[in-house]
Amino acid sequence: MRRTLSRIKGAGLRSRSPVLRFLTALPGRMPRRLHIFLTDPASLLGLLIVAAIVAAALAAPVLAPHDPTAVSLERRLLTPNSEYPLGTDHLGRDELSRLLYGARTTLGTASVVLMAVMTIAVTVGILSGYYGGRLDTLLMGLVDLLLAFPGLILAVAIAGTLGPSLINVMIAMAAVWWAGYARLIRGMVLSLRQREFVEAARAIGASDRRIMITHISRNILGPVVVLATLDMGWIILGISGLNYLGLGAQPPTPEWGAMLNDGRPLLQLAPRMMLYPGAAIFLVVLGFNLLGDGLRDVLDPTTYQR
Amino acid sequence: MRDYAARRLLTLPLLLLGISIVSFTLLNLAPGDPAYIILKQQSPGEAPSREAVLALRQELHLDDPAPLRYGRWLVGAVQGDLGESYRSSTPISKELWRRFPATVMLTGVSLALAVFIGIPLGITSAVWRGSLLDGLSRLLALIGASVPSYVLALLLILLFAVKLHLLPAIGYGSPKHVLLPAIALAAGTSAQLMRLTRATMLEVVRQDYVRTARAKGLPERVVIGRHALRNALLPVVTVLGVNLGHLLGGAVIVETIFGWPGVGKYAVDAIFLRDYPVIQGFVLYMALIFLLANLIMDLAYRWLDPRLHFGKQGS
Repeated sequence: MRRTLSRIKGAGLRSRSPVLRFLTALPGRMPRRLHIFLTDPASLLGLLIVAAIVAAALAAPVLAPHDPTAVSLERRLLTPNSEYPLGTDHLGRDELSRLLYGARTTLGTASVVLMAVMTIAVTVGILSGYYGGRLDTLLMGLVDLLLAFPGLILAVAIAGTLGPSLINVMIAMAAVWWAGYARLIRGMVLSLRQREFVEAARAIGASDRRIMITHISRNILGPVVVLATLDMGWIILGISGLNYLGLGAQPPTPEWGAMLNDGRPLLQLAPRMMLYPGAAIFLVVLGFNLLGDGLRDVLDPTTYQR
Repeated sequence: MRDYAARRLLTLPLLLLGISIVSFTLLNLAPGDPAYIILKQQSPGEAPSREAVLALRQELHLDDPAPLRYGRWLVGAVQGDLGESYRSSTPISKELWRRFPATVMLTGVSLALAVFIGIPLGITSAVWRGSLLDGLSRLLALIGASVPSYVLALLLILLFAVKLHLLPAIGYGSPKHVLLPAIALAAGTSAQLMRLTRATMLEVVRQDYVRTARAKGLPERVVIGRHALRNALLPVVTVLGVNLGHLLGGAVIVETIFGWPGVGKYAVDAIFLRDYPVIQGFVLYMALIFLLANLIMDLAYRWLDPRLHFGKQGS
């Protein structure tokens, strides 16, 4: 199962993989690899899509022509026109503005989940790998437990039990998503622990805490951030899925998955209400997938050939 | 082999026990008093009296300490009794069992679709690497991996049910009904299988024994079909188990969209009715199924690959 997971998440996830070796030697080799990355049309397209959506999310208040939550029953289900470029929804709210603000909600939620996942995973991974012993057995037992079970099912159950809200969706996603990374980080820590610089730090009298925080965590942070970016698409898929089920953002908050849910009963009457947010989710996931594939190719050219 | 199977069978209850603790804790984290919720469900519209709530709490032993309640629930769960639904007072295990075939059918057809589309595409893509066919299948795989099942589901309904009137959008029963949900569910998995098959195939084709096979003059069909394919497919078999988890998870959403009367829809309906024991039972039930399926998958993998040493199994 463990082997399978690391394989699924990409070829370069094992601790002694070229990815990690490359990342530790990052500064020196940067220009060449960057060049490879930037000359690959697929990676560039991914970068472009992601950058555009992030920009749209950041600039939503400037770009949005209307208030995304302003309801007006006279203006319901308008087809696209000059004032409402993408038309209005069943409550007369501007679709374009909702999409732009929805990018904020979706990307914002995903970023919070990612940060929470990384915080938990780094903490558990370092503690487990550094101290070993009974603590390691206990924590890795928990990790195995979470990995032995389809994450989305547990996330649905957690979000559903805690009650529908965006915060609970974040809690649910973070609670099931950290396990894989924690295992990975533990592996990295196990090999770092043997290195000379850790031994040197210990020899000059550094405390365990200091070694973990200054010496070990700094060496794993780079790879971890890259690995996390590769997974952003999956996180967004999971979040919008929960939102689609109605477990997340509550009206009138604009969110792509929730907008899709709004559009579902009006599939026949106004299919665009479902097509816009559907296309938005697809695009952002596609962007992150292309970006992730590109990064993986650049970082791990030996195991992943095109 | 037998040792390995026995060891795996022994760890299975341990994992289930762990998951049961997780799901029991979850139930206890749920906001609201179960007794209040039950009474509210039984007579909606009026707020239940304090006495009635207290009496029901007594009856359900809700004031007992958590470990005791967990123990009681566990004893029931081991015997296949997952308690009763707050809403309908029907036994949860019975309802799960009744809905199980629908979910098996949906995930089974999806898995079959994913395997019979993803793997052949991956093989042809690797064999004719760089060709138009390779480019097209990789594009298809990229789209398949990026389009969420629920978006694809709605698109399929829009196209085949609303516009073309070819297939029914919701319902259950005929083979026609399973087609749209299965396609929606299978897309992501088949894209993943295609990419993995292509990658492992490309790796295997460079191995020395494939060169040897070519050198001794075997026809390309035999080189690929007999020598390369067998080894390339091993990792794919392993991934099938994990993919089954993705399918079961995705089925929760897809079943809701298509009104498919499976286990996933039961759980989602329960979530909105705050029917917590159903959610808890669902988690445990899915865990059991997923773990068993993975066990079978792993055993199949070991059986397929004689290089694996069963005795020494380190991580």
